[in-house]
Amino acid sequence: MLRLTQKQIAQIHEHGAQDYPNECCGALLGREDGADRTVLGLVPLVNQRNDSPQNRFSITPEDVRLAEKEARAKGWDLIGWYHSHPDSPARPSEFDRQHAWPWYSYIIFQVEKREPREMRSWRLDDDRAKYAEEGIEFIADGRR
Amino acid sequence: MAVKVIIPTPLRHYAGKQESVDLDAKTVGEALGSLTAQFGELKRHLYSEEGKLRSFVNVYVNDEDIRYLQKEKTALQQGDTISIVPSIAGGLN
Repeated sequence: MLRLTQKQIAQIHEHGAQDYPNECCGALLGREDGADRTVLGLVPLVNQRNDSPQNRFSITPEDVRLAEKEARAKGWDLIGWYHSHPDSPARPSEFDRQHAWPWYSYIIFQVEKREPREMRSWRLDDDRAKYAEEGIEFIADGRR
Repeated sequence: MAVKVIIPTPLRHYAGKQESVDLDAKTVGEALGSLTAQFGELKRHLYSEEGKLRSFVNVYVNDEDIRYLQKEKTALQQGDTISIVPSIAGGLN
């Protein structure tokens, strides 16, 4: 289960709407609690795929290190990433799977004509063959 | 050469939950080979089926990207630190 507040969801949605028709992307900072995770902060990032931003996103290793540094500074972990699928379902593509890392939570959300729609979260299986979907639980702001 | 390999967060549970692993190697390739020999489950996440380092796996020797050195043939010095740092990529089709 991945826990987020409504405010965080609104921030992610706004990023997706702002960057539409391009894919947006960002980091999820938080902590693990057994098999569950709680998102405590977001780091919106700039999609580096200037050549094909409408169907591709890329986060540089420098930005990954930046997100990790920000997580460490707050005593959190870098637990995953979010990105949008403009006018396309909120499930991983084959391209997503080929480029994914295990362990991370991957939030994918659909943005249909600038309107955010479905949001789902996924984790790559150990054998890389497919993803397992993890449920998203909405929690009240201020509750951790 | 005694070197340290920093394991990125998403791979630590395949490496006994360690943040880093100390090993002996003369080159980056030898170090990664030794690492994956010790922790077999790491291999499929670092290397493609064709045996090449995956494009989203970035390897640094003391903060220098091996792509700008001699790639996996980059020679190591005593006390070097090898960092494996993810890139994150994807797309809707």
